[in-house]
Amino acid sequence: MFGYEFYIDPSRCIGCEACINACEECETHRGHPMITVDFLDRHNSIATVPMVCMHCDNPTCAQVCPADAIKKTEDGVVQSSLKPRCIACSNCVLACPFGVPKMLADLEQMMKCDMCYDRTSAGKRPMCATVCPSQALAYVTPETISRERRDKPTNVFYFGKQKVTTKVWMMVPPERDSVSVDVADYMWEKSS
Amino acid sequence: MKLFRRSSAEALWRDEFPIHAADERYVNRRQFTKFLVLTSLAMFAGNVWILVRSWLRGTPAFPATVVARADEIGIGGVKLFSYPLPHDNCILIRTGPENYVAYSQKCTHLSCAVYYSQTANRLECPCHEGYFSVKDGSVLQGPPPRPLPRVILERRGEDLVAVGMEVHPEG
Repeated sequence: MFGYEFYIDPSRCIGCEACINACEECETHRGHPMITVDFLDRHNSIATVPMVCMHCDNPTCAQVCPADAIKKTEDGVVQSSLKPRCIACSNCVLACPFGVPKMLADLEQMMKCDMCYDRTSAGKRPMCATVCPSQALAYVTPETISRERRDKPTNVFYFGKQKVTTKVWMMVPPERDSVSVDVADYMWEKSS
Repeated sequence: MKLFRRSSAEALWRDEFPIHAADERYVNRRQFTKFLVLTSLAMFAGNVWILVRSWLRGTPAFPATVVARADEIGIGGVKLFSYPLPHDNCILIRTGPENYVAYSQKCTHLSCAVYYSQTANRLECPCHEGYFSVKDGSVLQGPPPRPLPRVILERRGEDLVAVGMEVHPEG
């Protein structure tokens, strides 16, 4: 699937959770979905947003791993932690700006979305993008996206002063070039 | 995988623990274990081969070699010779009119050449002052762990003939 990219469009998400169920059925991590569908503001809206690993160019999870367990392969995919190395310290879970890694306590290992590496490396599309009925998760070529969508893809995110560029694209309004997230603001809202 | 560290602006620790899988060049535990196991197997096979070879060949045969004429050296004199192979240096000492002894010249400590001290009547190793008895090659003092191997001599007419080596049971 050379030339294919992963696009997330939260505005298209209908919250059906087909992606969660499809991910959960994968035999490499059966019963543990590596994708989350979150309600943005449960009180006031039914809007949901799916979250897969963004596969950062300079992955924070791997930067903070004290056990050298998180590796990025040459095709830009940040893999799940290596089982012989992972010490289940949850550093990556705390550090990831997107909140993607999950520490599976029963396995004592961090597992995360690896863009269905068994599928994408063999020329198939990721399971979530295959089942998404509204194509909020799409694994297509950039030409297809620019032809079929009004929104514009970006892979630049700002978390305070941290600039993160990613392999996975997020659809944003055409006038925006990047996504800025005020982490402290979100935390304040959550605690109130 | 690169064998040598390339010049890099990164810190050494980051270079040794890279995020990119392609930059990893250190063996992991499983590879190291495989290496240990395979090397041990190879060592074991080599040892078995040496054992089988020594079984097949049996005990080494010592040729009867003329090392000196009986009147060649005076009493208290020495003669160096090689026995049983050209590089196995030995020392022959005439201790009395009809008494001859011969020993390997290799000190049993670290293989320095021992020499005969006529005044002290003993074999001396100059390296660490290991002394051996002339009578039977036993250790008198110093670090050598075993007596000197003795060359068995026979008198055949006017010739002194080496017919074997007598090695201390421990060594």
